[in-house]
Amino acid sequence: MSQKKLAIIATKGTLDWAYPPFILASTAAALDYEVQIFFTFYGLQLLRKDVSGLKVSPLGNPGMPMKMPFGPQWFRGINWNIPNAIQAIVPGYESLATALMKKTIANNGVESVENMRMFCQEADVKFIACQMTVELFGFSHDDFVDGLEYAGAAKFFEFAGESDICLYL
Amino acid sequence: MNFDKELDARGLNCPLPILRAKKALNELTTGQVLKIVATDPGAIKDFEAFAKQTGNELLSSAQAGTEFTFFIKSK
Repeated sequence: MSQKKLAIIATKGTLDWAYPPFILASTAAALDYEVQIFFTFYGLQLLRKDVSGLKVSPLGNPGMPMKMPFGPQWFRGINWNIPNAIQAIVPGYESLATALMKKTIANNGVESVENMRMFCQEADVKFIACQMTVELFGFSHDDFVDGLEYAGAAKFFEFAGESDICLYL
Repeated sequence: MNFDKELDARGLNCPLPILRAKKALNELTTGQVLKIVATDPGAIKDFEAFAKQTGNELLSSAQAGTEFTFFIKSK
């Protein structure tokens, strides 16, 4: 049986959306898939050397539970239904939500984004950074981790066209 | 059951038990057995699927309370 291939396009640059591409890619690699991820637009944020600036925004996201990652069980169970209008005008609301999410991530034995990315690279997942977006957003190659290939959409299709699974995340 | 290496994956969540197991299996030779202890509630289905897709044989899987124990033979 020939090796299966997974191609992922990562387009989101938030803390919550950092996880799906790295979780799926590392798992597929563990299942002996050959994996490539094409990082484009905001997805490039996931390749920066320092990803501590990744944030999550609950604003306009009705699917995101707002629960406290500390205190007694009854308190943790409350879903804080804060109206969008308030989320939008309170300074630091995003930073607060991000801090709470990082705490929740740690509490649940979920790995950090840096480590998930490292596991992918250790498992030979190939990262391709969209060179056009690098220029569009004014980044330099020094902003990003080592081991990337800088290329365009055509390069990605070379692999994606042969893939068994292709995901747009 | 006899085993050659043990992996403590307790407290780790998806997909870490699978990633660590893969790494541990890579360090074993064909026929050697890896014992894994995990607490991730998804572990039973995940390790069945892992074994099926990678060709490493799942010799047994057992649950005791909130802990799951697996024995996997390296291919």
